[in-house]
Amino acid sequence: MRALIIGELSTAFHEMVRGFAHFLPSLIVMLIIAVAGWLIAIIVKVILRSILRLIKFDKLSQNAGTSQLLAKAALPPATEVLSRFVFWVTWLGFVLLGIYLLGIFGLQDQIARVFVFLPRLFVAMFIMFFGLLAASFFARAALLAAVNANVPSPGVLSTAVRVIIIIFTTSMVFEELGLAEQTMVVAFGIAFGALMLGLAIAFGIGGRDLARHFLEKRFVHGKREDNNDELSPL
Amino acid sequence: MSEESFLTDDFLRQLMNVGEVDIVVGLPTHNNAKTVGPIIQTIQSGILRGFPRERTAIINADGGSRDGTTDLVRGGSIGDVGAKSKVNALRTLHSISTDYSNSSDDSNGAAFRTILAAADLLRAKACVMMSPESANIEPEWVSKLLRPVLDDGYDLVTPTYRRHKFEGLLVTNLLYPMTRALYGVKIREVFSSEFGFSSGFGSKFLEQNVWDDRTYTGGAELRFTLAAITGKYRVYQTFLGDKMHVERRGAELVPALRQTVGALFSSLGPDFPAWSVADFASAPTNGSDHQVLLDPLRVNRKRLRAMFSTGILELESVFQSILSPETVAELRRIADMGENNFRLPAELWVKTVYEFAISYQKSAINRDHIIQALAPIFRGRVYTFLTENRDSSADEVEKNIEALCLEFERMKPYLLQMWKSIE
Repeated sequence: MRALIIGELSTAFHEMVRGFAHFLPSLIVMLIIAVAGWLIAIIVKVILRSILRLIKFDKLSQNAGTSQLLAKAALPPATEVLSRFVFWVTWLGFVLLGIYLLGIFGLQDQIARVFVFLPRLFVAMFIMFFGLLAASFFARAALLAAVNANVPSPGVLSTAVRVIIIIFTTSMVFEELGLAEQTMVVAFGIAFGALMLGLAIAFGIGGRDLARHFLEKRFVHGKREDNNDELSPL
Repeated sequence: MSEESFLTDDFLRQLMNVGEVDIVVGLPTHNNAKTVGPIIQTIQSGILRGFPRERTAIINADGGSRDGTTDLVRGGSIGDVGAKSKVNALRTLHSISTDYSNSSDDSNGAAFRTILAAADLLRAKACVMMSPESANIEPEWVSKLLRPVLDDGYDLVTPTYRRHKFEGLLVTNLLYPMTRALYGVKIREVFSSEFGFSSGFGSKFLEQNVWDDRTYTGGAELRFTLAAITGKYRVYQTFLGDKMHVERRGAELVPALRQTVGALFSSLGPDFPAWSVADFASAPTNGSDHQVLLDPLRVNRKRLRAMFSTGILELESVFQSILSPETVAELRRIADMGENNFRLPAELWVKTVYEFAISYQKSAINRDHIIQALAPIFRGRVYTFLTENRDSSADEVEKNIEALCLEFERMKPYLLQMWKSIE
């Protein structure tokens, strides 16, 4: 009996040792991949940071308004944030690749999904950044045009332009990420429609007098006033 | 030749039919049927009186008029004018017209480029540009703008005008004092629609091909003047008379800023070696370099001040990207002032303009947005100028403009200091 137990234990131990011996190379490969990935991620981070500094990405980010958002959240400048993000994504990619090679049942499918999702995440970030850039640009253009045309409440007009573009961008980002697609499309439709309806009601009913005054000034008396009361700058 | 690529085949054919000429008169037009007829006749009369022996061509570059402007130009009869002025032409006076691409905002620049190319191909000795919007053009203007080129070897002849003291305030409050302070040459009308020039200088400018420069935003006429200064060409000023437009275009401040201030700011980069060390000089002038009319003029000053205050308030975030915090704070303080105390002093105005120039150079934000943001501050300066000179005599107005010029000169080291910090 004793010999049987010892034999079974010995077999189990040998199986475990064999299993571990079989697993060890994969683990070592995973660790090597993780270390190599860490080094590659650092190199990618340094190169990316240099390129971003070269193309003055921080200034672009400032124009887009993202720098201000980052500052409010006590985060480092946009160049640093993006470099760090790319570092972590690169390293995580290598670590996941290493884990994938371990051949653990069930994990492989999940890791494959993460790899499929990564490009979409990058595209979503790209859309968000340029969406914010476009929102900032067009909001400022609307503000300047409205101020120089002496349009009442230029700030409101500018904010409306910014909000519309951000809503539009956000819906595109969610669609790209595949998160609550239907909900986002419906929400966007409702928000956009409500905004337009609200503006129409506010301008047509709430601000009837203001609208009349504005239109009269613009198209009836405005031209005459401009021509008579302003001086030729040149 | 490079100019062949933007000139149409039909226009090249017309130029070949003309052959070589001595004088080219450039006339850019766009829907100027109301005025172009009399202006063509005045130009022809000026040519017949002043240059009866010279071979001359009037080149009309039209931006796609739909009111028959080009037909009027082509139909200009030399015989009728000869009879009216009692002077007969000894040589053929050609009058040809072409369309140029008017797809951009810079229609004047495209027309000017076409005329320069035509003058180059016709091997003209001298050229003169005339405006289709001048309501009081005289035949003598042609001679006044061409004689210094043909007889005395000047390369650029700019006009001086008799103006109302409150007209052309962008010229008197920014363009003239700033170019004078930076480039060191006293030219009253750095951006004019009437001027004469030598073919040598015109061809050199055409070779520079500023139109294809990615920083080009218009204002070719102003760049032309600056090119004459930096290229050490001989510049002359001649007094023409009253400056009167057919239509008052008071509301078009932003396009005017783009064409002039935008061109000036974008020239500062390439011209830095010239303006950073420029000594002061004065262009020789025939006649008065300034004459001022003092007639009463209705101006809505209240609107100017309101637009300044609204602009400062609404555009504060934009100004924070362009101006120093002290300048923004000072502008805010002035915007809050009551009507009686309101004043945008010369020193602050100059400091603001120089900081705008630096931000433009740095592209702190979109360059066109920088130019647009200057408009409300300029209105504040206009209000101050109107208030300060309401009861001023011609001499007092000139004295105030001179004081502003000196302020621009005094503050030049501030601009240089900022400029060096961004290099």
